[in-house]
Amino acid sequence: MESDKIRLKIASPYREVLDVEVDEVIAPGEEGQFGVLPGHTPFLSTISVGQLIYRQGSQLRYVAVSHGYAEVEYYQVIVLLDAAELPEDIDLERAEKARQRAEGRLAGMGPEDKDYFEELAALDRAMNRIAVAKI
Amino acid sequence: MANLKDIRKRINSVKSTQQITKAMQMVAASKLKKAQDSVVQARPYASKMSDVMASLAVRVKPGKHPLLQRRDEKNIELLVITSDRGLCGGFNTNVTKAADAFLKEKQPDCEVSLSVVGRKARDYYRRRDWEFKTEEMNPGSASFSQAEAVARPVIDRYAEGEIDAVYVVFTEFQSAMTQDVVVKRLLPLEPKALAEDEIPVEYLYEPSEGALLAEIIPRYICTQIFSMLLESVASEHGSRMTAMDSATNNATEMTAKLTLLYNRARQAAITTELMEIVSGAEALN
Repeated sequence: MESDKIRLKIASPYREVLDVEVDEVIAPGEEGQFGVLPGHTPFLSTISVGQLIYRQGSQLRYVAVSHGYAEVEYYQVIVLLDAAELPEDIDLERAEKARQRAEGRLAGMGPEDKDYFEELAALDRAMNRIAVAKI
Repeated sequence: MANLKDIRKRINSVKSTQQITKAMQMVAASKLKKAQDSVVQARPYASKMSDVMASLAVRVKPGKHPLLQRRDEKNIELLVITSDRGLCGGFNTNVTKAADAFLKEKQPDCEVSLSVVGRKARDYYRRRDWEFKTEEMNPGSASFSQAEAVARPVIDRYAEGEIDAVYVVFTEFQSAMTQDVVVKRLLPLEPKALAEDEIPVEYLYEPSEGALLAEIIPRYICTQIFSMLLESVASEHGSRMTAMDSATNNATEMTAKLTLLYNRARQAAITTELMEIVSGAEALN
């Protein structure tokens, strides 16, 4: 099955986020970003919080992603995530509030607190969402 | 006649019960719609998850991850999923019946431990002096974090070799009218057989095969439990809707019967009164 497109499917436990034909995918793997072009060798990777970018023609689009993993096949990329949001779905106000809340809590904590890393992760997600919404 | 008053009271009470069942039916119908939507929306994730798992299972050797190991079934964990609330027909009794049948079948040869989701299952087995490994509530909507809370202890205990198999009794949603109670094996995982023309392709793994499996397999089990919870919630609402619908119909029937009875009694009272007047007047003549 030769093709010059990749089928990109993104799903979270609650819904299917995306199912589109794209020319290129750039995903935030746990060991750094990786790019996928049509015909990529089968590949399985974990995904960490960040921005997944896909290209359709010359247009770049962004998706805010959370932990999960991606299965790459020759002409298909399946991404399964805890949460994924398209820029148009992000509630900037809510993300901003989440960021402030996390920052406020972190201010009084050090790495020895048991919630520290949880809050740090929350801050990470909020910042990521804000970044994607503003692109 | 005192009888008249009694009947009137019955009619009123039946009517107000009917109002309640009618309201419950409508609430259940709208919740069912929502629950059904989330079942449908969760399907792509779950099915892709099983695809990935299936393709992994044929490539990976069982020794690679503790959850892929198979052992003889000596210690079994049974997870029973019911609802928190009643008034949903046979929904919860069907589940506990199936669970009891399962226990009866397995208990002679195996040690069975129990985990429950939903207040009804908890109460049922607590009355029968069972101890639970985990218990979760089932508030009529399922979340992924709830599924994780159920899955984690099961996964840990399987990995440590404390249990050799995990089964789940839950209700599978077919339609608003029909729900089936099923017993499914969650662990050990069932590797899918390869189709004839399929050739397993070697994958590249990042970070490493072991680290990836450690991530994916527990997630897969969470996903499975999540979809079971969703199905169960949808079934609960469906079952409640049907139960309340028939309760409403029964109430209508009952009101009609009681009204007939009431009218007959009223007629009889009037007739006796007339007879009394007539015979009284006759006596005066």
